[in-house]
Amino acid sequence: MSDRLEVRKTYKLLINGAFPRSESGRTYEVLTERGEFLANVAQGSRKDLREAVGAARGAQAKWWGSSAYNRGQVIYRLAEMAESRRAELAEHVGLAEGLSAKQASKSVSRAIDRMVWYAGWTDKIAQVFGGANPVAGPFFNFSIPKPSGVIAVIASQNSSLEGFVDEVLAPICAGNCVVAVASERRPTPSVLLGEMTATSDFPAGVLNVVTGVTSELAPTLASHEDVDGIDLAGLDFESANELHVIAAGSIKRVFRPDERDSASTTRRLRAFIETSTVWHTIGQ
Amino acid sequence: MDKKDLVNSQLGALAYDAAPESALIARIKQSYGLFIDGSFTEASAHEQFVTLNPANEDVLATVSRASDDDVDRAVASARRAYQKVWSKTSGAERSKYLFRIARLIQERSRELAVVETLDNGKPIRESRDIDIPLAAAHFFYYAGWADKLDHAGFGANPQPIGVAGQIIPWNFPLLMAAWKLAPALAAGNTCVLKPAETTPLTALLLAEILQQAELPDGVVNIVTGDGATGAALVGHPGVDKIAFTGSTEVGRLIQQRVASSQKRLTLELGGKGANIVFEDAPIDEMIEGIIDGIFFNQGHVCCAGSRLLVQESIADEVLRRLVRRVEQLRVGDPMDKNTDVGAINSAAQLARIQELTAFGEREGATRYSSSCVLPEKGYWFAPTVFADVAQSHRIAREEIFGPVLSVLTFRTPEEAVTKANNTNYGLACGVWSEKGSRTLWVAERLRAGVIWANTYNRFDPTSPFGGVRESGFGREGGRQGLEAYLNV
Amino acid sequence: MVRDDYGVKIAPTIDVPAVESETQLRALLGALSGVDAVGLEARAAKLATRSIKKSTKMTAIDMAISMVDLTTLEGADTPGRVRSLCTKALRPDPRDLTVPSVAAVCVYPDLVAQARSVLGDAGVAVASVATAFPSGRASMAVKLLDVAEAVDAGADEIDMVIDRGAFLSGRLGQVFDEIAAVKRSCGDAHLKVILETGELVTYDNVRRASWLAMLAGADFIKTSTGKVGVNATPPVALVMLEAVRDFAETTGRVVGVKVAGGIRTTKDAMKYLVIVNETVGSSWLTPQLFRFGASSLLNDLLMQRLKQQRGAYVRPDEFSGD
Repeated sequence: MSDRLEVRKTYKLLINGAFPRSESGRTYEVLTERGEFLANVAQGSRKDLREAVGAARGAQAKWWGSSAYNRGQVIYRLAEMAESRRAELAEHVGLAEGLSAKQASKSVSRAIDRMVWYAGWTDKIAQVFGGANPVAGPFFNFSIPKPSGVIAVIASQNSSLEGFVDEVLAPICAGNCVVAVASERRPTPSVLLGEMTATSDFPAGVLNVVTGVTSELAPTLASHEDVDGIDLAGLDFESANELHVIAAGSIKRVFRPDERDSASTTRRLRAFIETSTVWHTIGQ
Repeated sequence: MDKKDLVNSQLGALAYDAAPESALIARIKQSYGLFIDGSFTEASAHEQFVTLNPANEDVLATVSRASDDDVDRAVASARRAYQKVWSKTSGAERSKYLFRIARLIQERSRELAVVETLDNGKPIRESRDIDIPLAAAHFFYYAGWADKLDHAGFGANPQPIGVAGQIIPWNFPLLMAAWKLAPALAAGNTCVLKPAETTPLTALLLAEILQQAELPDGVVNIVTGDGATGAALVGHPGVDKIAFTGSTEVGRLIQQRVASSQKRLTLELGGKGANIVFEDAPIDEMIEGIIDGIFFNQGHVCCAGSRLLVQESIADEVLRRLVRRVEQLRVGDPMDKNTDVGAINSAAQLARIQELTAFGEREGATRYSSSCVLPEKGYWFAPTVFADVAQSHRIAREEIFGPVLSVLTFRTPEEAVTKANNTNYGLACGVWSEKGSRTLWVAERLRAGVIWANTYNRFDPTSPFGGVRESGFGREGGRQGLEAYLNV
Repeated sequence: MVRDDYGVKIAPTIDVPAVESETQLRALLGALSGVDAVGLEARAAKLATRSIKKSTKMTAIDMAISMVDLTTLEGADTPGRVRSLCTKALRPDPRDLTVPSVAAVCVYPDLVAQARSVLGDAGVAVASVATAFPSGRASMAVKLLDVAEAVDAGADEIDMVIDRGAFLSGRLGQVFDEIAAVKRSCGDAHLKVILETGELVTYDNVRRASWLAMLAGADFIKTSTGKVGVNATPPVALVMLEAVRDFAETTGRVVGVKVAGGIRTTKDAMKYLVIVNETVGSSWLTPQLFRFGASSLLNDLLMQRLKQQRGAYVRPDEFSGD
């Protein structure tokens, strides 16, 4: 009597709505928290990142050009997809972080509720962070919060799903497009989430996920001049300092999480918003 | 052939065959009870009334009239639900309920659109493309506030008020229900909703949707009935907040009634919107905008552009094009996808429109009515334009709430503003010009809660809506729309 | 002339004198009303919701077929290709003689003679593009020679392109003069003026270019060459039909409209017919005043026609590919 042989999954990159292997052909071993073999995951390269940045840039005008309502619905659909595949997500979070089934399930629930939180932000940002300004003169003056553009995310190394969700959805809900470098040792929940965006009406290029070695990939993004902002969540203090200096080369907006950040704060959301203020004369 | 005949004689002459939407999807029950504490229940006095299809006077269903006892039951249920369940439900959970409701409205949108058209008389194109999508969008928008009230600008951790009594009109039945329920629930209140007497059906369908969403019992209660039901709700001591949309006459009575109580109040009342057209307006889009402003929803719109204030230098040309355009409006079976103008909602409303219109003629205004053929049965009124209207005419001052436009002229921007503001109302205005600075100058000076520039009758859940002066107070939609339902 | 209509006294909006100078032309065009893009697109979108069914649809399909300018404008065109196209133009469905012929066949000037010889005098016109189609970038002498050769070879209709570079750089008089000169060269052939709306970009430009072309003598104004990224769209057609309407009411001269490029389905065609019906009226719903410049549209019209008759969806291979 034999058990049925499972069809194993290949963990690929997500670039421009498609799932290619790394152009370098490399993969690396990902182990569970307990040290067992989990998967061979694509080991992304500089060229993969270059493609991803191009994809994000190509998608950004249209993503920002769609209505806030539409963006909200797309992100909410991601929550719908995640909820329906929560068992799979929980399995991978559990294996990646060494959590019990119950803890993993709670982590997934929190992550899904965060997706819902961000879905509801898209059409509030302009009202909370923008508005009319009462200048002294016959002018109608109003401030519009616009997205910075293309944001690189060096995802949290330890919080394989919850952290990842915050890090990518905060810029996306504000109208940015993201190139995310997944956690080096705990990448599979990120890959799964990437797959779910492909079935959630996310336009190609809005979220790109590259797995691989953080120390190899992060500097490429920090120095890439067509990246407007970078979230250094996945780096330790020293590495983050180094990359911060590199990023300063093109005056990138740099976000480094700290003790101010919690579930109800908006610092990460505001990090990748540019306020654009318009003046218009008033007169007969 | 005269040059003008080249176009006018054959405009719209390619006739379209009837393109009726199927009513089969509607599945309207024969009779409905009241929706209290999560289920349908018989009215205590077993009183019922019928709701008609105004396009043909057919009976659609029998609904229950909630008595004072029923209102009492509903308020008690809302209070219990508030204390025991809803006030203990986190913002994140409330958010997810509202997202569910939004999605269910989207899923059942065709069914809702058909029922709305049958019960209200508005064209299926409008219920399908405007009413139902906006209702879903309203729930989506406020779903996203429920878990982030700290960021709404009312201080940290703002609290709900408690039990909201909400009375809605017949002109946008489901949409008005959404405008009331969504912000109230997002903020953490529970509700007792009273739909209009002539249009209860989509609210009752919404009750089924709330059941499908598994909204906890008593969080929303729906009590159908008449004016007495509304009065019972307004007067009930267990209600903490009243929200009313309807006529200024009734709004006045309500404000008087609650004056000595602690009840919070918001009112969204009538209007006599001025659509101001400058000579540099984009001419074709402006004509469409005037038409949209007054004939959309048969003119049953509180913010209707029922007064056209046109710059005298272009008045003749605008009137010529307007009259030609009115002749093209397709008036008829609301279930026909090609219908532009549907039925008047009730015999009572029709009588009022006819009375005021007849008065308009006696006052000396010049009347142009569409030569469209009106159906024999049902409540119908041909789209009408009055030219040579003076500020002092009744048809320039009183809300007709029907497809009747009064045209007046002005010479300067200042005169336009003065005439537009010369009313006790102050709900909405339109401004048409290609000169941005002038549009903004006029907008600054208009006493109105909503100003549309180079467009009209545009609604969005993010955009606050409401009036000044006798058009009411309080805003629905946007961040501002939360204020009415928070204890701030 | 002033006439009473609906009891209202009307006067023409603009008096149209003969245009004698660029200054005068500029003033005329400058006095035209602007177009609000949002309102325009909303109106076009609303008209697109008209539901065309049953006998209206049958009438409209036959109308659309009779309005097609069956087009081939490829570098690889050969006499054989043109022969094939002309045969189909005369009898789109050989098994059903109730299917009307199309309005015209549209080809490059050097294939006009071939088209003429196949079509004869059977009632399908020969339309030729000209004036250095599609770019219009050539000297005036070359462009006029292009027209003359097409006319000599037997073209009934000339589809010229305006000089978009001149228009966008403000040389309106030059654009006007070119159209007038081409019109003179046309002789008895009727002149369609292609505005190339995709390159004019704004609706304000489309309105101005429409009036300019009509003032200069165009018999038809046409949206596009079909050779650029953006071709005919319902909002653009709406602006052009509004211009044609206003021009007719002001001057008494009736000008036709041709929409070209990207119109592939019966559904698309129906949208345009609705816009014509509700903007200028059904007197324009004739091949004399409205055309579709298309190639694959014809087969979709034939398929829809057959589907209406049979009551079932039809396979594309029912009809010849060309």
